[in-house]
Amino acid sequence: MTIANQSNRRAYNYAYLDEQTKRMVRRAILKAIAIPGYQVPFGSREMPVPYGWGTGGIQLTAAIIGPDDVYKCIDQGADDTTNAVSIRRFFARVADVATTERTQDASIIQTRHRIPEAPLGPGQIMVYQVPQPEPLRGLEPRETETRAMHAYEEYGLQYLSLYESVAAFGRIAGGAGYPVLVDERYLMSPSPIPKFDNPKLHQSEALHLFGAGREKRVYAVPPHTDVRSLDFEDYPFEVQSWDEVCGLCGCGESYKDEVILDDAGNRMFVCSDSAYCGDRRVAGHAGPMAGHALDGLATGDDNTDDDAAAVGIEA
Amino acid sequence: MAYVSVKGGERAIDNAHRWLDEKRRGDPGVAEIEVAQIREQLSLAVDRVMAEGSCYDPELAALALKQARGDVTEAIFLLRAYRTTLPRFGMSQAVSTKDMAVQRRVSAAFKDIPGGQILGPTFDYTHRLINFDLADTGPDTKATLASKPLADQMPTIASVFAHEALLETPEADPADGSEPYDLTREPMAFPAGRDQRLQALARGDEGFLLSLAYASQRGWGNTHPLCGEIRMGNVVVEFQPEELGFPIEVGEITVTECQMISNFEGSAERPPQFTFGYGLVFGHNERKAMSMAIVDRALRHAEVGEAPAHAVQDEEFVLYHSDNVEASGFVQHLKLPHYVDFQAELQFIRRLRREWQAARAPGDGLSEAAE
Amino acid sequence: MIAAQALTDMAPGFADLALDAQRTFRRLMDSMAKPGRVTDLDVLVSPPVPGFEAAGAIALALLDFETPVWFPDDADGRRLANWVRFHCGCPVTTDPAAAAFALAGPHNVPQIDHFNAGDAKYPERSTTLLIVCPALVGGAAIDLTGPGIAEPLSIAPAGLSAAFWGAVAQDRARFQLGVDLVLTCGTQIVGLPRSTRISPSSAKGK
Repeated sequence: MTIANQSNRRAYNYAYLDEQTKRMVRRAILKAIAIPGYQVPFGSREMPVPYGWGTGGIQLTAAIIGPDDVYKCIDQGADDTTNAVSIRRFFARVADVATTERTQDASIIQTRHRIPEAPLGPGQIMVYQVPQPEPLRGLEPRETETRAMHAYEEYGLQYLSLYESVAAFGRIAGGAGYPVLVDERYLMSPSPIPKFDNPKLHQSEALHLFGAGREKRVYAVPPHTDVRSLDFEDYPFEVQSWDEVCGLCGCGESYKDEVILDDAGNRMFVCSDSAYCGDRRVAGHAGPMAGHALDGLATGDDNTDDDAAAVGIEA
Repeated sequence: MAYVSVKGGERAIDNAHRWLDEKRRGDPGVAEIEVAQIREQLSLAVDRVMAEGSCYDPELAALALKQARGDVTEAIFLLRAYRTTLPRFGMSQAVSTKDMAVQRRVSAAFKDIPGGQILGPTFDYTHRLINFDLADTGPDTKATLASKPLADQMPTIASVFAHEALLETPEADPADGSEPYDLTREPMAFPAGRDQRLQALARGDEGFLLSLAYASQRGWGNTHPLCGEIRMGNVVVEFQPEELGFPIEVGEITVTECQMISNFEGSAERPPQFTFGYGLVFGHNERKAMSMAIVDRALRHAEVGEAPAHAVQDEEFVLYHSDNVEASGFVQHLKLPHYVDFQAELQFIRRLRREWQAARAPGDGLSEAAE
Repeated sequence: MIAAQALTDMAPGFADLALDAQRTFRRLMDSMAKPGRVTDLDVLVSPPVPGFEAAGAIALALLDFETPVWFPDDADGRRLANWVRFHCGCPVTTDPAAAAFALAGPHNVPQIDHFNAGDAKYPERSTTLLIVCPALVGGAAIDLTGPGIAEPLSIAPAGLSAAFWGAVAQDRARFQLGVDLVLTCGTQIVGLPRSTRISPSSAKGK
């Protein structure tokens, strides 16, 4: 009875988090900015979405967002992936902000696994959802050990691991979450963005904030900060490239999604950044598969195949 | 057959939620379950949700179970996510289990102890035969009232040993009045104090702690535990407002407490005596309280000079992995799209395969392989 | 008289708790991300000591029961301490090394090395020091480089001695440790996080 009375009438605070939690997150953000690349522990709270669904990024966004912001949220580069839609809807509701799919129009861009293709400008803030903030975790499971490695700048283990992959594969392995050195001091995981996106962090105009909710860490790369992907003189850092252009917009430079078309091995490649691809098509660019059914999906046309998605069957 | 990539819009999400609601309700021809029914008749599930949800509210826990379709871990998550939005008024006084209104209390160490052995409402000696009578409305059984009431206070097992100093003295409260570690406001830090460890274990997943305790018993970090005492009943929760100067009672909660006793052969500094591991959980849950006590004792290896060699003795391993809201989230997040990272992996593996095949192709491949 | 003074000292805090705190924090974050640039907080609070408008707004936005704060032990410091404690419920400490935040006036800038610089494994456990300057221009020029600074940049806040800047330079030399600074004057602020490397300006002299 008492429960029924309070159900659905409970008003949450602006941007969902209570003010004390926001202050705690904000203090952690300021320290993260002051020590670029260092993972600041923070009292991460349980969020109304599961750990792994962006609880770190959501707490960061909730701590910084205001009614004048324009918010963009992407997952795998796309605005229309289910979790990006869900998070965008959350902030539109609890923070009363305008949302956009256009990178250039956004003041806050929350992301999982990509940095947009369009160059970021001054005043823009990238908020990354981070599953595992510790770049050394795969090499050393103990937090007590990795914390000491960062404290005393002992990154030999990381270089050894890169060297071993050169010895085994003839090149440095690792396609996403490729480690970087920030301002020549802290080793940092750029979150599972493809290494294709790593160079965008170097001397970026934007502020980059990284939030790991489950691991309870916040870290940052301020604008105009050196961010160097680790490599060796004789095995320099290199990024992914594709022989194929985007099937829809014809772009040869963007990061690509591979779309399986049938059971016979046919596939097409499309820009992973749906807003970038859409802008190009509007501007008149066309790829070899222009007009394909995906054309509508990638521009975020909400009416296409939604019902199919909901029931999880193929059309 | 053509594949359509799963890209969901708002309508897709709404549709999925509507379907979930329908599934939760089940056959509308069957009466809808009431929260009060869950609270009263599935009370042990409610207890577990409160314990691991870190929020003592049977009504809300029952509602969470209803909403979660009986998925206990999901219900725990719902309660946690609600709890975190509540304002924090301060810290209660430590509950006194010595003053517990005991419903059940047994010791495996002595045949009888002051205050007596009280079997209470336990499954321990039930025969696990499905009771088909319960398929219909069960009998309206009333427990028999004891001829004389139990003692107001029951000495804990520690006080039974006290005059011989046979059992280690529990740590005193910090003299400086400092608050215990609070994992709901601060992240895990190492080395962890016992306050931080016990809080993590009290919130920890019952199944995980059970398995760790069991593995420990089988030799993976054995502490030779013996159940000194287990008691379950109601304790009073008191809070002392800053301006008042004396504590006021804010309510009663049911808790289960376990003191698990272990041998200690003595060292140069300490005489031989028994040490203990401690377990305390919301509600009635002996499996959890006992597991917690065994794991607590195993984590105290440094205090008694045991060399840690097993997972149960490794506080980073135990504490980082005991929280089922964290564990469930991270395991299940693998359902979310990962096609950007997978594309990077695909490129890498395809390239390695091309080189592997080229190296094994007749002709120039051999010379390339020999380079 | 005393009552009237106490009442004035309890001047109101933010008009809108959530939104004013957000706006203040956001501009502070921006100035820590882009050190050396003068930012106006544009928030109207009136702490009991004039000149502390920006410092006061930052205190309201960031302090609570989790953040011990240090003030100079003088009349202004005590009035500010009462105001901040009233609005934020934060503990006030007399030990600079225990302070998460510190607010100092233009007349008695404290020894920077008395504050907490964090430790090697937890460098974030350091003090953030807010210093109210008589002006943010007109003093000795200081060159800045480091993260957040695109082109070499100079600032010239008034009221800070060469000895103070010498101590800051020493503090910066032990990065990742360090005290994070915010210089304020009225409603304006300049962020100087520990990552900013400083040196007396070679171009303009003193």
